[in-house]
Amino acid sequence: MRHKLFWLLVPISALFLFLNSLGAFAQQNASVHGESGEWPMPARDFASTRFSPLNEINSDNVDKLKVAFTFSLGVNRGQESSPIVIEDTLYVVTPYPNILYALDLKKPGAPLKWKYEPKTEAAAQGVACCDTVNRGPVYGDGRIYYNTLDGHTIAVDAQTGRELWNVRLGDINIGETMTMAPLFVNGRVLVGNSGGEFGVRGWIQALEAGSGKVLWKAWSTGPDKDVLIGPDFHPYYDMDKGKDLGVTSWPPDAWKQGGGNVWGWISYDPELNLIFHGTGNPGPWNADARPGDNKWTAGIFARDANTGEARWFYQWSPHDVYDHDGINEQILLDRDWHGKPRKLLIRPERNGYLYVMDRLTGEVLSATPFAPVNSSTGVDLKTGRLQMNPDKQPETGKVVRDICPAAPGAKDWNPSAYSPQTGYLYIPHNNVCMDLEGVEANYIAGTPFVGANVAMKAGPGDGHRGEYSAWDIDSGKATWTINERFPVWSGTVATAGNLVFYGNMEGWFKALDARTGKLLWQFKTGSGVIGQPTTYRGPDGHQYVAILSGVGGWSGAIAVLGLDGRDRTAGLGFVGAMQDLPSATTTGGMLYVFRLP
Amino acid sequence: MKSVFLLCLVVVLAACQREERDFTKRKESEPPDTVSVSPLHPGNPPITTLEESKYEQSAYDVAEGKRLYQWFNCTGCHFNGGGGIGPALMDDKWIYGSSIENIVKTIKEGRPNGMPSFGGLIPEKETWQLAAYVRALGGFVAKDVAPSRNDDLSASPAENRLPSPKPYNGKAP
Ligand code: HEC
Repeated sequence: MRHKLFWLLVPISALFLFLNSLGAFAQQNASVHGESGEWPMPARDFASTRFSPLNEINSDNVDKLKVAFTFSLGVNRGQESSPIVIEDTLYVVTPYPNILYALDLKKPGAPLKWKYEPKTEAAAQGVACCDTVNRGPVYGDGRIYYNTLDGHTIAVDAQTGRELWNVRLGDINIGETMTMAPLFVNGRVLVGNSGGEFGVRGWIQALEAGSGKVLWKAWSTGPDKDVLIGPDFHPYYDMDKGKDLGVTSWPPDAWKQGGGNVWGWISYDPELNLIFHGTGNPGPWNADARPGDNKWTAGIFARDANTGEARWFYQWSPHDVYDHDGINEQILLDRDWHGKPRKLLIRPERNGYLYVMDRLTGEVLSATPFAPVNSSTGVDLKTGRLQMNPDKQPETGKVVRDICPAAPGAKDWNPSAYSPQTGYLYIPHNNVCMDLEGVEANYIAGTPFVGANVAMKAGPGDGHRGEYSAWDIDSGKATWTINERFPVWSGTVATAGNLVFYGNMEGWFKALDARTGKLLWQFKTGSGVIGQPTTYRGPDGHQYVAILSGVGGWSGAIAVLGLDGRDRTAGLGFVGAMQDLPSATTTGGMLYVFRLP
Repeated sequence: MKSVFLLCLVVVLAACQREERDFTKRKESEPPDTVSVSPLHPGNPPITTLEESKYEQSAYDVAEGKRLYQWFNCTGCHFNGGGGIGPALMDDKWIYGSSIENIVKTIKEGRPNGMPSFGGLIPEKETWQLAAYVRALGGFVAKDVAPSRNDDLSASPAENRLPSPKPYNGKAP
């Protein structure tokens, strides 16, 4: 709230104040990448704010926004990626087969500068749980880094498109894939694996940016030495303390197929030199097969960025029973909390709570539901433990109805944005519940290890399955919420022009007034939008907004894979809630870039 | 009263028929070489006379196929017929052919865009039972042979209530 006053001042001083309030991160980021008009990584900055200081496009003129250019990606699958911009080049990566394109922003129409095509294995498509998506490339030290579905991390020369190194880190024969966007930190590339629905053991690795050589690797399950837990590990809560919990909180050997994949977002605090990353759901979904807390799945780690040594851990969902992966974005803010300046970590989590944490210690300061939740009753701030509702506890051979939130959670991977101007976190999210029946899970390497029949449905209300909320961090509630027919599966961006942008699965790309939520502009793209918007200053000095259009992902599986809606359990149960999607959109793969006339 | 008794008897006997098992040593044959995944045959088209397999006439084998479909995690990719990672099996689109021989080949050999090859893991007879069940999902199997209501979540239509598909990729249902 304390920011509000300042926004009556002229934009120049506003920008200055913004930099101040964002603290070291924005400055560090700006100096690392030179230009505040660039967008070097999907989250824009290490703190993962997705806030742009650009304000040429603003709430007064956004209604005039026009298409500047488009580019067809040639792949009609779920486009979850984010275009990134360095100097005068825009980079964009496709879903499988993971083609990387560089577009020349200096020339009219931004023609293709080069394209890089890896030899991604076709068979990898068979072990991608939720469409063959990719969540973006990242820039650092003159190179573009990204992951391919078949488990490679690749570095490409940002100028020429020449492959510099290509390392295989995953094995599709055990169901291991890579879909996340790497994070580049001080000459290191941080990457993690996917495969939580295949009983793949999760990990995060740091690669040397110049060579791809592995510097460290931390597993999410198993003995402490595998998890890089040592003398410097100090979790805040007793439930996360103890020796080799990654083994002892599982039945014998179950941790070897225990999941905890690092397929989501990583944030970095340069001052503390810590990275923060979540871990995915434990495997299999049927929790009867794995009594115990199943460490270190469905939680968050703080690690030393140089060595990977764990500093603290907190488990959002001990012994997760709903596929509530803990991998969403964490936004790092230096800001007042109850009158005191604190180093905060904000996490809108899949289990339905918005966590405000102290990122130095891992203490939970508050956990408030931001969507309908009946699977749990709250978070006990003394023990840190999520309080489960026994009525919604799944069991083998029993159908439990109307569990909220459903498996994809109140919110899945698609990242929110924070505006220091409004103090709001903008959360694209779901309003989806589910029926769930536990069935026996049989581990066969390379096939799904799930053990659940799921059928999803719209959450409370008029049948709307998506919401977009402006969450006031100080008051701990939504200031305004916009309902959408389908889950809001796109990311979002906030700008100094008092705007927020996001897209819906029908294909509308929208700009709202960041304060009031008023719809100021919208454009109908060719297909459902599930991508991450970005905004940058072009070589001509003008501001642009970019988004990929192309329905798919888990929520869009029915439309992109042509699933049969009569089977409500199809597509890991999401089809149950999305039977009408194919009548609203068809597949696509197009980059749209907008500017003022 | 009498008619009720007779009706019961008919029902009971019919049930026996559904559960009939074949204890003779049946010869499991490899799918003939003429089975192909393409309807295009340059030169002289091969003359194939594919008979309806015994497996799809036996409710027992189809039911076994249904159990194996869970056990070998076909469910994890194809769910209860509506599809997921793998395509829907209850619709009338068949990329690699809908005949039981084609389906047996698909299961054994795998398919390039992500269908694993189960040859070597699943024995011959079980492969045919699985394929017979896939045919039931596709609506190709007689209604008195296909499994009926599930005792579970029941979020998809029972196999014996699926509408018969139109002929596709060659062989008529
Ligand atoms: C790991 C995921 C996965 C598993 C497990 C799996 N499938 Fe598949 N299946 C696929 C994919 C992907 C395709 C499509 C392959 C292609 O298009 O090349 C497919 C294709 C098929 C097809 C061909 C469909 C058509 O239209 O021609 C059949 C039949 C089939 N699978 C049956 C099975 C059976 C039976 C099992 C269990 C024994 C099974 N599948 C297990 C992923 C899987």
